[in-house]
Amino acid sequence: MKGRDAADTTDAPPPSPDEVAAAERAAAGRGTTSHAREMGPYFVVKLVLLALIDAFGLFVIFSSWQVEHWGILASMVAILVVVNWVYFSRRMIAAKYLFPGLVFLLVYQLFTMGYTAYISFTNYGTGHNATREDAVAANLAQNESRVPDSPSYPLTVVTTPDGELGFAIVDDGEVLAGTAEQPFEESPDATVADGDVTEVPGYDVLSFAQILEQQNEITNLRVGFADADEGSIRTQDGSTGYLYRSVLTYDEATGAITNTDTGVVYTDNGEGSFQAEDGSTLLVGWRVAVGFDNYTAMFTDSRLSGPFLSVLAWTFAFAILSVGTTFFLGLFLAIVFNHPAVRGRRVIRSLLILPYAFPGFLSGLVWAGLLNRRFGFINEVLLGGAEIPWLTDPWLAKLSVIGVNLWLGFPYMFLIATGALQAISTDMYEAARIDGAGAGRVFRSITLPLLMISLAPLLIASFAFNFNNFNLIFFLTEGGPNFPGSPIAVGATDILISMVYSVAFESGTQQFGLASAMAIMIFIMVGVISWLGFRQTHKLEEVI
Amino acid sequence: MRRSIVITAAVGLTMALAACGGGSGSGDEETTGAEETTEAGESAGTLTIWADEFRAAALTDIVAQFEEDKGVTVEIVEKNFDDIRPEFITQAPTGEGPDIIVGAHDWAGELVTDGLVSPVELGDVAADFAEVAVSAFTYEGSVYGVPYGIENVALVRNNALASDTPATFDELIAQGEATGAEYPVLIQMGEEGDAFHMYPLQTSFGAPVFATDESGSYIPELALGGAEGTAFAEYLASIGQAGSGVLDTAITGDIAREAFANGESPYIITGPWNIAPFTDAGVDLTVLPIPSAGGQPAAPFVGVQGFYVSAHSENGILANEFLVNYAATEDVQVAMYETGGRIPALTAAAEAVGDDPVAAGFTAAGEIGVPMPSLPQMNSVWAFWGVTEANLVSGVATDPAADWATMVENIQGAIDAA
Repeated sequence: MKGRDAADTTDAPPPSPDEVAAAERAAAGRGTTSHAREMGPYFVVKLVLLALIDAFGLFVIFSSWQVEHWGILASMVAILVVVNWVYFSRRMIAAKYLFPGLVFLLVYQLFTMGYTAYISFTNYGTGHNATREDAVAANLAQNESRVPDSPSYPLTVVTTPDGELGFAIVDDGEVLAGTAEQPFEESPDATVADGDVTEVPGYDVLSFAQILEQQNEITNLRVGFADADEGSIRTQDGSTGYLYRSVLTYDEATGAITNTDTGVVYTDNGEGSFQAEDGSTLLVGWRVAVGFDNYTAMFTDSRLSGPFLSVLAWTFAFAILSVGTTFFLGLFLAIVFNHPAVRGRRVIRSLLILPYAFPGFLSGLVWAGLLNRRFGFINEVLLGGAEIPWLTDPWLAKLSVIGVNLWLGFPYMFLIATGALQAISTDMYEAARIDGAGAGRVFRSITLPLLMISLAPLLIASFAFNFNNFNLIFFLTEGGPNFPGSPIAVGATDILISMVYSVAFESGTQQFGLASAMAIMIFIMVGVISWLGFRQTHKLEEVI
Repeated sequence: MRRSIVITAAVGLTMALAACGGGSGSGDEETTGAEETTEAGESAGTLTIWADEFRAAALTDIVAQFEEDKGVTVEIVEKNFDDIRPEFITQAPTGEGPDIIVGAHDWAGELVTDGLVSPVELGDVAADFAEVAVSAFTYEGSVYGVPYGIENVALVRNNALASDTPATFDELIAQGEATGAEYPVLIQMGEEGDAFHMYPLQTSFGAPVFATDESGSYIPELALGGAEGTAFAEYLASIGQAGSGVLDTAITGDIAREAFANGESPYIITGPWNIAPFTDAGVDLTVLPIPSAGGQPAAPFVGVQGFYVSAHSENGILANEFLVNYAATEDVQVAMYETGGRIPALTAAAEAVGDDPVAAGFTAAGEIGVPMPSLPQMNSVWAFWGVTEANLVSGVATDPAADWATMVENIQGAIDAA
């Protein structure tokens, strides 16, 4: 029983002999017992947590089943199975620690990337917003119009004894009743009260509550006249009928839409639209895969490729300068305030990291106000009314963006540089001084190389962040001042990500597919640069 | 053996929890599942409306009335006005979107192209609305919304600083300068420009954005170029920062509003949404039509706000019943006017508020107005248009005629590419 004494300290019921044997085997084999199945307090905690996770997972499965999202359902089932297996199995020690991280990686990174990549291969955007089925319905609905100058008919929704829906209308004092199959017929024995039909022989009149239960069926119901060309009656509110004629008909078998007035046939053109022979298309299309079209559009569309290069150049300049300026200012201040001779270092350090505490977008807005040409604090008060176009001159705007980002970013660099400096052993400095090195030499040969070992990865991360620093650009300059005469609305301070936003959402129609393709390109660029950067940092570690 | 007991217990516990979680869902189905034909049984009898905070408040009374009359539930979801359109576009196709949204008429092009809104048959009620309101919601021959409010910009005068407004814009500038106020007239623009507020000046030169057919509706053919457009571009540059300095790109909407409220200018071109801050600041004001700068009438854009019905709504009947027979009534439209300041689209309601001189002033100024085009490509038009005007005013663009021509070319390019 020695194994049990070591592991089981609760007053759980005595274990069965083979359980004890198993525990002893485990204890003998690994020198420890597993919490996987032992009835200890931790096991109960684990059981409760897993039960909650399972309940949540089953809820997700149930909900996704209801709304028919099979992808979510399948992945949730897979995750649940793996969760239970990992945490109830005795062998999966490493997986117990890795699994939560892997799930988050899957959900927040891989899924997002995969989905963005998927969208980038479609024509998702204005006019191609949903499924083919929806597009057919929308085109038919948009082209069914009320017959001009036709009257409105008081209408009652009725049903036949075998449950088929129909309408009863009052036309010139006469009651007509019919269903989808049965065109309108006169019904002389019907009762009319206040202009509305209240009783029709052979039909039951539906109450408003009954109407509400089958709204789709009723709005989709068309009751025709004996002469089919006259059009058909439909209702939108269950109490008034109008005479409609539909211009388009959809043929399920051929998948084509025909205009019955002109005889023009619109067929699926493979690009998510119904197209006639003369090239005209119906208004509503649907989402289809378009291969690499979105990627090639970036380089072949002359409207995009012109400004693209200057924006790309500025993006690199901005990211590199942002990292450079913030790092050297932060490092300089860190070294200054790391010197023991400086008084009140703690207070000054806390004050210096203040800009870091402001949300970036807020600072962007505040600085945009401060730098306003005519009313900004800087021009009006500090510079005595000089109307310096800080944000509206192309070069000054670039300078302002770098300057504001310096203000925003140096506290971070200051923090990490201070931390790294304090980690360098003072023995090194002493040794250097004994060898007769001056301050500059010490900095170049000892401080900087040692700092770079720990800071280089952070600088690469900072580069990646600034490469996509949308908030700052958007709130400070909105990318402006715009290039005069440029065929797309981008400006001198636009970086790639703000250009994506401007091209895909602000100028003209929404183009989610193109935006996703551009986002993937930016991801690849940042990924490659970071990878190269990390490779270089390994060399730094060999300095000393 | 104990191992299996534990596993059984764990499975049992999760099953029990799952049953609790799933129970409420299946319960919902039972309550409405009387008819097998009801496809989305859960939502029958619940109408969801997306509206911004002002519209939501104005709808409360009529919604309560509707709930009582019809025995249904109406859920009003408050959203930021600018978020309604993008969220509707992404959510409606999933079937999770609302039944009704409150929006502007110039969304129609995009929403119709995406197949997200249903045509609405106004029936006999159509005649009760102002004509411009219904035509604004008409896209490709069908009406897609129930209008409730009309808005347009007008000239607002501070009576303490000026009276007897002259007939031309040049005389107005001269008069404004003679008052000694800091700004002779305020037109908001900002560094990105504001073509909406500048439009009356442009139309007074005879350069509307799109050509119109005989019935006055837009045809997709740009009309803002040519000699008329160039004349307007040159005029803008002449009263801009490099010229007489009347216009300034530093004047944003906020700055213009504050300056007028502080009595720093006798005139401002603005809409009804800004009247409340002015009267709160104690400005005695008169609303007037905008004087012409180029000789022809200065026609502002008219914006119409209204309700759209989702094409993916499972509650089509309820939604139409609510809009046509409840929202399109005088009481509701007057209530919406009181919270938002927009002139009611329903003629009877507009007459009911007609003795308000401010409302009457905006109506008079909007009489010659034309609806903003609702083509989906308008977004790109706005961007180029505003920036070019800003460049002309700031003096960055030194050759107005050439810059205006480039803009027209770019707009055409953007329209062709879309």
